[in-house]
Amino acid sequence: MKIDMIQNTNSRRSPYLRQPLTWVRRVGALTLATLVAGCSSDVMSPAGHVAVQLRNIMGISTFLMLLIVIPVMAAVCIFAWHYRASNERAEYDPEFHHSTSLELLTWAAPLTIIVWLGAITWVGTHQLDPYRPLEQIDARTPVDPDVEPLIIQTVSMDWKWMFIYPQYGIATINEVAAPIDRPIKFELTSTEVMNAFHVPALAGMIYTMAGMQTTLWAVGNDPGVYEGRSSHYSGAGFSGMSFDFHVLEQTEFEDWIDKSTQAEALDRQRFLELAEPSENVEPMFFDLADEDLYHAILNRCLLPGEVCMDEQMMNEHARKNGGVRGAHHAGAHEAGQDELPVQGKGGENDRETLSDGESQDPGELESDEKPAAEVEPVSLNDNSREALTGQQN
Amino acid sequence: MATEAIHDPTFLFGKLGWHSIPLYDPVILGTFVGVVVLGSVLVGALTYYKLWGYLWREWFTSVDHKKIGIMYMVLGLVMFLRGFADAIMMRLQQVMAFNGSEGYLNAHHYDQVFTAHGVIMIFFVAMPFVTGLMNYAVPLQIGARDVSFPFLNNFSFWMTASGAGLTMVSLFVGEYAKTGWLAFPPLSELSSSPDVGVDYYIWGLQIAGVGTTLSGINLLATIIKMRAPGMTLMRLPIFTWTSLCTNVLIVASFPVLTATLALLTLDRYVGANFFTNEVGGNPMLYINLIWIWGHPEVYILILPLFGVFSEVVATFSAKRLFGYSSMVYATICITILSYLVWLHHFFTMGSGATVNSFFGIATMIISIPTGAKLFNWLFTMYRGRIRYELPMMWAVAFMLTFAIGGMTGVMLAVPPADFILHNSLFLVAHFHNVIIGGVVFGVFAGINYWFPKAFGFKLDRFWGLVSFWCWVIGFWVAFTPLYIVGLMGVTRRMRVFDDPSLHIWFIIAGFGALFIAAGVFALLMQIFVSIRNRKALAVDGDPWDARTLEWATTSPPPDYNFAFTPVIYNVDAWSDMKAHGYSAPTSGFKPIHMPRNSGAGVILSGIALVLGFALVWHIWWLAVVSFVGMVATAIRHTFDYDRDYHIPVETVISTETSRLAPAGVSSEG
Repeated sequence: MKIDMIQNTNSRRSPYLRQPLTWVRRVGALTLATLVAGCSSDVMSPAGHVAVQLRNIMGISTFLMLLIVIPVMAAVCIFAWHYRASNERAEYDPEFHHSTSLELLTWAAPLTIIVWLGAITWVGTHQLDPYRPLEQIDARTPVDPDVEPLIIQTVSMDWKWMFIYPQYGIATINEVAAPIDRPIKFELTSTEVMNAFHVPALAGMIYTMAGMQTTLWAVGNDPGVYEGRSSHYSGAGFSGMSFDFHVLEQTEFEDWIDKSTQAEALDRQRFLELAEPSENVEPMFFDLADEDLYHAILNRCLLPGEVCMDEQMMNEHARKNGGVRGAHHAGAHEAGQDELPVQGKGGENDRETLSDGESQDPGELESDEKPAAEVEPVSLNDNSREALTGQQN
Repeated sequence: MATEAIHDPTFLFGKLGWHSIPLYDPVILGTFVGVVVLGSVLVGALTYYKLWGYLWREWFTSVDHKKIGIMYMVLGLVMFLRGFADAIMMRLQQVMAFNGSEGYLNAHHYDQVFTAHGVIMIFFVAMPFVTGLMNYAVPLQIGARDVSFPFLNNFSFWMTASGAGLTMVSLFVGEYAKTGWLAFPPLSELSSSPDVGVDYYIWGLQIAGVGTTLSGINLLATIIKMRAPGMTLMRLPIFTWTSLCTNVLIVASFPVLTATLALLTLDRYVGANFFTNEVGGNPMLYINLIWIWGHPEVYILILPLFGVFSEVVATFSAKRLFGYSSMVYATICITILSYLVWLHHFFTMGSGATVNSFFGIATMIISIPTGAKLFNWLFTMYRGRIRYELPMMWAVAFMLTFAIGGMTGVMLAVPPADFILHNSLFLVAHFHNVIIGGVVFGVFAGINYWFPKAFGFKLDRFWGLVSFWCWVIGFWVAFTPLYIVGLMGVTRRMRVFDDPSLHIWFIIAGFGALFIAAGVFALLMQIFVSIRNRKALAVDGDPWDARTLEWATTSPPPDYNFAFTPVIYNVDAWSDMKAHGYSAPTSGFKPIHMPRNSGAGVILSGIALVLGFALVWHIWWLAVVSFVGMVATAIRHTFDYDRDYHIPVETVISTETSRLAPAGVSSEG
């Protein structure tokens, strides 16, 4: 709901706001190009539409600020030189300490810039909200509604990245790929410590946090291999927590997927082994044997006997509502969302944490899963987690 | 090394054992030997010259705001050397760790170094410097005898020193946190940081935090209640105004830090789950809380220095500050707005677009009053007669440097730009740009400006100039490369790099750090040479032809500051007095009622250090004993009724008649 509203507002606003900004955008890009002349970089010359827009906004805001910063710095230099004590010709007026018009100017000048910058910020932040589904794959091409977005479930671990492709039944470590011009929806979480997922050529960064899911939309427009890494310090192996992001032609992408489908199977046991801390991990490829794996990572119920967070919340809510599970389940499902530790806004994103993007029928849940009373509550602290892992190994 | 076996705690020593002392690390061992040698030399020299008694009576136990202010500055300077050594180590590591090299620091060490650098520079360098300047100058600027609570002031200082001491102990006994300077959970929780590093972090900051909060309350009460007659709020010197706002921020925000760290302590010590991943804990709560303290903290640091620059620019332009009222309102605006922007530190954690826009725009709005301030300094210089003494040079360097730092700050305030710049070296370059360009330059301006007030002689100009140019050039050489690689997407806190094309930038940054090192050396030389040439550099009460009240008394001021409380008729009280031809009164002196020195602050803080150490190492019996000891000492201090004395009128007369320059103070009442 919220997202739709924003979209409408933006499309209403666009003829007035977008057009006049075009020239500013050009100058902005030019400013930035001048700023880092000679240094080619993923941030300055990105390979994806989202990152291009981010860079442009940065350019525009820099340009707007330079409009005031350069004159002020010049004035500091000129005044500092001209009014030096040894300059006898300079005017000296010790009583000049107040001027309403000048003071009005000193507040109005920054204010004017900030009004413009604020408008750009408001529009830009909404348009480039990482949760907002893509509308354009590049400046000219709108997203084809028939193309299904590529979903990449991304898990930061100590100290490597796992990428799960639910649509293709594969998983990889420290290597990720997408076909060009296909919208990508990253769903991100973490096993323990916080990290931030960042592929500078592709899109902005977004944090990954245990028990929570964040979302990032992106698209790759130029084929190539781009560096991605964790940009939030996460412990000893942080420096080596990087991966290659491949933007591939469709056929190459299919080959890339095939490489994994023929690889070793990834089940929970294998995942728990991989989750042990390790540094500078080379890329690995897996055939996803456990379709529920991402759900279990996100809801912190990888070990036998652990209650998934979504389930626990639903159960608690059901208990509060009088304990009649069946009758209240639909309601519990809806309200329970508010309590979920999901990052970001309400609306459709929240629903995904609960069910990993496939909306589950509440009735089905009830029949599939054990009633809360039968599930042995397991203490969720880390000692017991380690102990359990140890036993299994 | 990082994974040394966890040893079973013993009753007597808790988790402490021989394994806690990192003798295996040559870098630490070398430092340890150096510290022991230098420490022994220092202690030996003090003993040889029989200075301990003097230091104890005249300095350590002093309740004089001036001496406490100076001790804060010394603490800041000593800790600065430690924090700067960390900086050099990081620069060196990042120069070396290319082309397959791991550098000379492993992750266990490097991660401690960048954490300690951040914590020390903010809490034990910038804060003592800022508090020291406020402590020294504010009572003098408002014509007060001392601060409102002189003993509390001494206690606050020693608690800060005690927190710094505990942090320094971690260098040789155990280890420091490996979490980054704000110790975000879940990394700082037991699950990921089972060692004592985070505990050192917590208790070091908690002990120092007591000092900071109390000193904030003290200065707030002082400014509100102890102004000389006639000094209305709109006649306060701007430095006192900014100090007032800073102390409001301290009193309102430091309790948040204390509470946040207390919750983290509960997580780590008694198995609570406020910020864990488990049973309903939420690390984001910590990140919100710590930045609700952390953002005002940034303004706690910079506001007083805005005040210093205001005094300096007005004095050396020989003009009244342009737009006094707009300066005051700008300061108040910044104070209030600084509470409304904390979320801009984590735009990338997935808040919705509207939330991000709100905090982004709120952040930009702060640049309006800040910009107005810059314009005010600019128009103060306009039609002025600018004398380029050292403080003024720092002020001009600040204006140019800070304009860039402010601009990159607003860039980071635009959420979409932050999505690509957050956590990058661009961010690191930005906050060093405002902290070095604003806070450090401001502190140096303040030191050069008030040093003659405090000691009666100026600081040496030659070494001051060397220091100035090394710092300013070094800053730009060291941090421009970080801006550039940040724009290329290079992440902060990296220990090893893969991309050889980046190497050159880190080499340049390393040279910049060497320039700054030369600036630091020149600063120490400046102090040393000035002390040696103090006779030649001696000055009278008002060497700068300054404008505010602190220059109305002698340099250094007598213990009681002013023999008669001055009466204020205008902004820039001392200029006003000079303009009206006041001369110092020569008769009518009375005995002056003064607070007596007390050793209780030193003892309490010393025990606090032991308590912190015991808690870090889980030595429970010692924790109980020291806690009881603290309470007992505090209670005992309340029974000490011999808290004041009178300076005899003869002493006052002899002090006043021996003044170098006849300084004007209004007659009685």
